[in-house]
Amino acid sequence: MYAIRAEDLTKRYKTATAVDGITFTVAPGETIGLLGGNGAGKTTTIAMLLGLIVPTRGSIHILGHNMATDRFAALAKMNFSSPYVALPHRLTVAQNLRVYCHLYDVRHTEARIAELAEELDLGPLLGRPAGQLSAGQKTRVALAKALVNRPALLLLDEPTASLDPDTGDLVRTWLERYRAESGCTILLASHNMAEVSRLCSTVLMMKRGSIVDRGTPAALLDRYNREDLEDVFLDIARDRQAEPA
Amino acid sequence: MTALRRIWGLVYRHLCVYRGSWPRLVDLAYWPVLQMIIWGFTSHFFASRIGGGGAMTVGMLLGGVLLWEMALRSHLGFSVTFMEEIWSRNLGHIFISPLRPLEMLSALTVMSVLRTILGVLPAAVLAWALYKFNLLSVGPVLVLFAVNLMVMGWWIALGCISLILSQGGGAESLVWSMLAGLTPFACVYYPVAIMPHWLQPVALALPAAHVFEGVRAALGQGIIRWDHLAWAAGLNMFWLLAANALFLQQFNAARRNGALMNIGE
Repeated sequence: MYAIRAEDLTKRYKTATAVDGITFTVAPGETIGLLGGNGAGKTTTIAMLLGLIVPTRGSIHILGHNMATDRFAALAKMNFSSPYVALPHRLTVAQNLRVYCHLYDVRHTEARIAELAEELDLGPLLGRPAGQLSAGQKTRVALAKALVNRPALLLLDEPTASLDPDTGDLVRTWLERYRAESGCTILLASHNMAEVSRLCSTVLMMKRGSIVDRGTPAALLDRYNREDLEDVFLDIARDRQAEPA
Repeated sequence: MTALRRIWGLVYRHLCVYRGSWPRLVDLAYWPVLQMIIWGFTSHFFASRIGGGGAMTVGMLLGGVLLWEMALRSHLGFSVTFMEEIWSRNLGHIFISPLRPLEMLSALTVMSVLRTILGVLPAAVLAWALYKFNLLSVGPVLVLFAVNLMVMGWWIALGCISLILSQGGGAESLVWSMLAGLTPFACVYYPVAIMPHWLQPVALALPAAHVFEGVRAALGQGIIRWDHLAWAAGLNMFWLLAANALFLQQFNAARRNGALMNIGE
């Protein structure tokens, strides 16, 4: 059973095709990167995986559940974090985590919050309103929210955007450790090529709604005869052909 | 149990907002109390000019004010709680959680009941303290009248939320005025028979008109008009089912056209 199986996934709006017939699978425990420029279709793909958008065509199976017919069973086993989706600012960090523990039916709520606070160093922040936190603190709180239900599938949209290098590295280190310890599957959309190289075992390169290339970071570097993934990204974004190795 | 826990999660989220903000608590009761003060003195002034039957006029006007506030607060309690999620940009998190749409509506209903009680209770106490008007003198049947008005607030709020899902944040301003716009047809302060014949069917299609006919009969003649209560309940059932179907249709349409991603913008 795949953690994610997307087949012929297509999303058309009145005047544009945001995602155009993409097919991919993600094995359990794998960390997969979704790369592409602005408007490549990453956000729409993630929104379809989360059930926020219904595909025009194609199917999605998450952890064996068909998202068209059984999405709530899948949603209970997955979670999402993005710096672009806020948590209620007036609620304290602890209250926010409590809300999501209830929504995800997490038992022993207070123990789980304490656990997350220790893992992500949130102890001193628990009593503070979410709206008064720094960007780095908000990212850690958003990650804690995404982990309340110990998800088997974690979707992350630019998890280290707007973080300083030190905090970004801490988050990446923590994600690596969490994946190793929990066996969680992670799908990561990012513009940070170093992050993708470090965290992802497979990369899907998207452009204009299609997957234009895929492989391990090493295989992509080899195929494009480049030394870092950023150059591969630019080759694809600017329609440059892969250079023979 | 799991569904109840999810519903409680959303209710708890909104209770936290009120617990930490006294201006929000004051705001709940502000308009009902203000309305009661204005209408209380106005009705007393008219009663002093009318002479005999004045007390009845005061009772009907103040009863109308209090009960109509229940419908208004119920409507606002439901729809504003939903809009709070838009304003805090939290809808995305809500809709990707296992919370079902109908569970979300249940949580909004609970918040609506709590907000209505907190909003109308001070006004009812004020009516008793300042004007010696006791709404409970209608009798236990008052609960049935009040529940019908609250249910009417819910289905109108559901219609407003459907409109927001369909048209985006631009429809938010309608939420504030939607139920107020129905006041002339609710016949809060006058009987349906006063209206022109061609307009009466519009009023009688609203549960509120039946409720207020019933309240006037109870206050004025001391009789319980079960026929009006039955009409109010039947109409509420019909409109609630229709509004629920509209909400689910618009929710699914919003998932198809991607509106849930950027609602409120």
